[in-house]
Amino acid sequence: MIWQIDLIFLAFVLICAIASIMVKDLLSSAIIFGAYSFLMCLLWSEMGAVDVAFTEASVGAGVSTVFFIVAILKMTRRSKD
Amino acid sequence: MISRFYDVIIQTVCRLLIPFIQVFGLYVIAHGHSSPGGGFQGGVILGASFILLCLSHDLQELRKRMPLKMILLFCSLGVMIYAGLGFLCLLLGGDYLDYGKLHLLFPVNEIQSRSIGIFGIEVGVGITVMAVMVSIFLNLAAPEAEN
Amino acid sequence: MKAIALIVVCLAGGLLVYGTVDMPDWGDPTSPASLHVSPRYIEKTVDETAVPNMVTSVLADYRGYDTLGETTVIFTAGIACLLLLRGMKK
Repeated sequence: MIWQIDLIFLAFVLICAIASIMVKDLLSSAIIFGAYSFLMCLLWSEMGAVDVAFTEASVGAGVSTVFFIVAILKMTRRSKD
Repeated sequence: MISRFYDVIIQTVCRLLIPFIQVFGLYVIAHGHSSPGGGFQGGVILGASFILLCLSHDLQELRKRMPLKMILLFCSLGVMIYAGLGFLCLLLGGDYLDYGKLHLLFPVNEIQSRSIGIFGIEVGVGITVMAVMVSIFLNLAAPEAEN
Repeated sequence: MKAIALIVVCLAGGLLVYGTVDMPDWGDPTSPASLHVSPRYIEKTVDETAVPNMVTSVLADYRGYDTLGETTVIFTAGIACLLLLRGMKK
């Protein structure tokens, strides 16, 4: 484990976590949450937990982002009509 | 929500890409013994390939390839494979989920039969996870007029 | 009201960070987790299950009940989503 890379990833994770709750737009919040999941995946694979990183990359950054976006699109469509 | 969206590039690239994604998902499930991965991750990748098919083409394409009854069947089939393998070990005289007893069915010794049992339950987990991911996406994305 | 919420959040976060001080270091070889069960799995996995990946053998063989419960949870989540969203559309 190289602590400089660890620190950079941690800083980005914190930035993404704060940004995803501060942003007003729900769609950008979902996208930033996907970036957060991907950075957590990088952090885990850098710490040596490859299985957890694989799960995070496929579930957190892949499928759950799609689910969030579909749910948001569904909600906006309902409120319009 | 998801209607026919004519874009030649997206459709062609996705049609070329989806078989490779599915083969990679099967590889992750089958090669989980000696590399990172396993039933859960491979099942999610397989489900994501079907979601990509639905996003790049339309809902009817996915309905044609994978009817809703098949998805529900797969949902319960995976759990049944897992629990049934446990009951099979029970019937063969061992404990529940004790794969060592599977060597009575396959021509391998007791240690390798544990490897076979692990592969069997990985396949069960993969089938369930794939079907559940596609089912949640379909339920979220289907317009209200249908079903 | 927002300031009170911020203070409460900062206090809870500080308490959680204070709680992690007592935890063993990352990859500490003398921590209880790496002294008690981990060497048993690391030494015996290949002899007992013929699976080179320790994570898979622990997940699927040594802790098979856990993975069965996890699969049941995913199945239940899928069925619950189906019932809720289908019921809403009527």
